[in-house]
Amino acid sequence: MPNICFYFQVHQPYRMKRYSVFNIGHNSDYFDDAKNREVMQKVAKKCYLPTNQVMLDLINTYKNSDRQFKIAYSITGVALEQFEKYAPEVLESFKKLAATGCVEFLSETYYHSLSYLYSKDEFKAQVMLHREKIKELFNQEPVVFRNTELIFNNEIAHFIEQMGFKGMLAEGADHILNWRSPNYVYRAKTTTTLRLLLKNYKLSDDVAFRFSQQSWKEFPLTSEKYAHWINQHAEHSINLFMDYETFGEHQWEDTGIFNFLRNLPNELFKNHHTKFIWPSELTKIEPVAELDIHNFISWADIERDLSAWVGNNMQNSASSELYAIEKVLKELNNKALLEDWRKLTTSDHFYYMCTKYFNDGDVHKYFNPYDTPYESYINFMNILNDIILRMKTLIQGKNIVIELKDKYDVKHRITERPAKLINELRT
Amino acid sequence: MHKLKVLMFGWEFPPFMSGGLGTACYGLTKGLTNKNVEVTFVMPNGPEDMKAEFVKLLIASNLYKYNLKVKKIDTLLKPYLSDAQYKEEYDNYMKLLEKRGGDSSKILYGKNIHDEVYRLSLAARMIAETEDFDIIHCHDWMTFPAGIEAKKVSGKPLVVQVHATEYDRTGGNSINDYVYGIERSGMEFADRVIAVSYFTKEKIMEHYGIPADKIVVVHNAVEFSDEKKFDIKKHEKVVLFLGRLTLQKGPDYFVEAAKRVLDYDPDVKFIIAGTGDMEARLVDRVAQLGIGNKVLFAGFVNGHDVDKAYQAADLYVMPSVSEPFGITPLEALRNNVPVIISKQSGVSEVLKHALKVDFWDIDELANKIISVLNYRSLHHELSKHGSMEVHTFSWNIPAQKCIDMYNTVLHEKYHGIKAT
Repeated sequence: MPNICFYFQVHQPYRMKRYSVFNIGHNSDYFDDAKNREVMQKVAKKCYLPTNQVMLDLINTYKNSDRQFKIAYSITGVALEQFEKYAPEVLESFKKLAATGCVEFLSETYYHSLSYLYSKDEFKAQVMLHREKIKELFNQEPVVFRNTELIFNNEIAHFIEQMGFKGMLAEGADHILNWRSPNYVYRAKTTTTLRLLLKNYKLSDDVAFRFSQQSWKEFPLTSEKYAHWINQHAEHSINLFMDYETFGEHQWEDTGIFNFLRNLPNELFKNHHTKFIWPSELTKIEPVAELDIHNFISWADIERDLSAWVGNNMQNSASSELYAIEKVLKELNNKALLEDWRKLTTSDHFYYMCTKYFNDGDVHKYFNPYDTPYESYINFMNILNDIILRMKTLIQGKNIVIELKDKYDVKHRITERPAKLINELRT
Repeated sequence: MHKLKVLMFGWEFPPFMSGGLGTACYGLTKGLTNKNVEVTFVMPNGPEDMKAEFVKLLIASNLYKYNLKVKKIDTLLKPYLSDAQYKEEYDNYMKLLEKRGGDSSKILYGKNIHDEVYRLSLAARMIAETEDFDIIHCHDWMTFPAGIEAKKVSGKPLVVQVHATEYDRTGGNSINDYVYGIERSGMEFADRVIAVSYFTKEKIMEHYGIPADKIVVVHNAVEFSDEKKFDIKKHEKVVLFLGRLTLQKGPDYFVEAAKRVLDYDPDVKFIIAGTGDMEARLVDRVAQLGIGNKVLFAGFVNGHDVDKAYQAADLYVMPSVSEPFGITPLEALRNNVPVIISKQSGVSEVLKHALKVDFWDIDELANKIISVLNYRSLHHELSKHGSMEVHTFSWNIPAQKCIDMYNTVLHEKYHGIKAT
């Protein structure tokens, strides 16, 4: 009697402009509006609008039957903002989906950040901001949480439970499951009521990554074949968690992905016991076992740990300096500065600095708008230095920007330890 | 098992060299010898008093060690001639040699490159008749006439390797017709052309009309013997330029970027190591910009001083306008110095852990220099990954590519497609 839990992640970062040291103090417009608009409209056309339409059609087909088509989304705050700015029709279509009553929204950090790792205060603030946005746009109050890139461990489970959530998603990584199956509801060692819902990565990635790979043993994947695999199961739930861009962006329309999706519920329903289920419904099920997940896991790369965003000197330096100025920055009470700083917390920026597989030209490189991880670091740190200058202006009460007359003015040299500079200024 | 024998013509060979050509020839021949290929390396004459040294230095131990035979050649005082005139000159030369009892050191040498090229080609005929080899391999235009003669005499296939073209050297302005003519006839007469990068391959196709399937790309590598460590104390940050002071290498862009950087951060020293035709102009410009105390001209650097220069630097910059390959960034990384290289270079095709700029983009070059000098994590990561990457560059790889190509050419010749 398989239950199927579909969850889709929707995210777009604010992409940065090329920002050289000579821009510091002269230009505080860090984000590339034109590029962000271009990307948003492209993805809207290829993915968001057509896929939302398919979902809406499927929902409406089964809405009044005893087995509805149900799905869940987590949409980041920065993606929602960009819908508002660049593609309002996409926001409208998500609102329509919400209005059907068959769509559940999850909670996450507004800026899709790694803030849990660096600042619990900021993490909490970003989660609250996100909740407000979801309530405002879709009138829902999520009970299930997913952290950025499914980063998870015992500690964060406890923290989330304390915040009042009923469930949390994580990657069903082999090294935490061992012989166990991801198709059951679990509980983390450090929690009592929070339910742990694990992604079935094999079945999820069959669609998200392998769908159009001609070298794959199972190619071509028809809805019939896939439904047949799923229908063999009888555990708590098959958790199919994927990036929404799978539909139309990663897997292009001509691979047949939309037809696959369109036919899937019908094929699945051929088993009379099969049902679609929301994450929140899974939280009502008793966990079968306790799991001890001490080290962080995630859904990124083969390692499924933090190494995509944390670990090399550039990533460590960028993250620690960014969060080291948090306290003073918030004291300055400047909305624009705070928003700019928060946009820098988005995990994508650190992903681009990863040198792990740079030689092999893999997934990281495909998504990287920079030629090399080094360029992304230079860009990030230059922007951070401009933020410092703005903070200095606010702290010292004079407008430092106006003082810099010449493009190559030497007064305000860049530093890799901006936090130190700011803290010295404050004392 | 028949050992592959290559008759190779070069112009430079360490330590008697003025640039990357010698380094590349040395590395390649060493790689070939590692792969059990027998190389006879033919060089033109050097000044008489250097002859002995040269022989002792390179040959004695190394020759024996690498199973390499190096021949020095006599030359005559005549410009490059046509085929028939060649034969006549050659016969005269032989007569002259007999008359003087065969003592080559008594023959006069010419004073300019045209003569050298010509002399080498004459000698090539003689060598081609007496030496045993399977294939001829020439490095750059000065040796192409020699290769052509050797092919004519022996009937063996010819491979010409292009390390630089007249277009690279001049930036496309005032091409020397004599040189261009030789480059082109060499490539046309050869059975294969080796380019040191795709960048160069494209140039060859565009400017010399050679078809794509005749050109094989074999990227250069870098030598790893004798890594000496020097103890250097640094106070200011040092940015290094090391190369010929000529248009192709972009030293003028280095100077302009230096000015930008110094306006932003005066605690940086720029070292220019090398000599060349642009030297006076550069010295003037530096003075004019008022940065004379920050931009230092170190002159020509050779041997161990090269490694010393790299080790004293925080950053190495190669701002070449047109660089067919560019071994120096690899040498810098060998010394753990991070590099910024021109995108208009062959090495940028293969080196991943480096910062790259368009040679003309002085602001971006300055941006990157300032960033590397100020962001220590960036410096650390570039240095760490760059030197790891460079350790994977071995001359055995290009040597193997040459061997595979030699075998293809030989196979075509003796078993292959016959034109009907």
